[in-house]
Amino acid sequence: MAGPMKMRATWANGFTDVRVLMTHPMETGQRKDPDGNLVPMHFIQTITVQLNGKTVVDCQVSQGVSRNPVFSFRIKGGARGDKITVAWQDNKGDSNSLDAAVA
Amino acid sequence: MRLVLPLVLVLSFPVWGQDSKNQIQKYRDMVAEGSPAELFEIEGEALWKKPQGPNNVSLEKCDLGLGAGVLKGAYAHLPRYFADADRVMDLETRLAHCMVTLQGRTFKEATARVFGTADRPSEMESLSAYVASLSRGMPMAPGTSHPKEKEAYELGRALYVHRAGPWDFACTSCHGAEGKRIRLQELPVLTKVESARAVAATWPAYRVSTSQFVTLQWRMNDCYRQMRMPEPAFGSDATVALIHFIVVNGKGEPYRGPGNKR
Repeated sequence: MAGPMKMRATWANGFTDVRVLMTHPMETGQRKDPDGNLVPMHFIQTITVQLNGKTVVDCQVSQGVSRNPVFSFRIKGGARGDKITVAWQDNKGDSNSLDAAVA
Repeated sequence: MRLVLPLVLVLSFPVWGQDSKNQIQKYRDMVAEGSPAELFEIEGEALWKKPQGPNNVSLEKCDLGLGAGVLKGAYAHLPRYFADADRVMDLETRLAHCMVTLQGRTFKEATARVFGTADRPSEMESLSAYVASLSRGMPMAPGTSHPKEKEAYELGRALYVHRAGPWDFACTSCHGAEGKRIRLQELPVLTKVESARAVAATWPAYRVSTSQFVTLQWRMNDCYRQMRMPEPAFGSDATVALIHFIVVNGKGEPYRGPGNKR
């Protein structure tokens, strides 16, 4: 079960700013555990952002991102009260998503 | 799309100086904008409401000083004297007390794993994040009137300067003079009001370099480890007194944590 997410979406001057926090270990596959074994890769691979159900950001993410990452997106358009959905999927098939209304 | 990768900034500092300090401040501001501490707050809220222990009850009836179950502003009034336990307690000691008295757990079991890892944060860390977050904006006002609170403050002050251990270190060995640092980490002089205020207002905090949420009990524990002293017991009079001493020195500062540490 994936850990919690947290999102803030605000609208100003024709742009919607989305800032989203995700709980994820983001293992690169390069790190070794105390016994010297490689810790297997475990990282977020895709993130999609939807505005009222329409995909506006569709991105691929690599290992070069910190643990518990924060992402922010600026979307042209949108309005207060619109529904923003952010979903991620990792290389082990785990996923999580969160909805928020634009404030 | 814009990825926030603040670590790059830190690694690019060639020299230490005013400019580096400004850069570090900039980096801290960036981290604070989307602090992973908030993820621990969410986790902590779930743990607060989760029935646990032999009595299978949640911590929702826990009295953190302002009445049973009152969380708003509770952290800003800690550490303080609790008549039911007849001692001064900080947040984590009080949480452990509630786990024992409400949930029926043993102190040993409740505090078996108080300091977590990045992969597996501890219950105490998430709970601390949640409780502390509900005091945001409130001035820190730890208890200072009860005789036991005064006693804890005096004990904390004595421990702060007490040299011991194989290296003959005291807190003041590092935190006793202005402008000292360990690598890029500045060491605040905690007897100075401004420095203590900044500390009281931002702990507990998310530590970026280890991706962990850390508490003041952890800070005391780790400082003693760095001084090569025997490990202090969790929630002991000594650790509570030191935390009390620091927070009282920084009282009055509006709480703005859970913060971010390097």
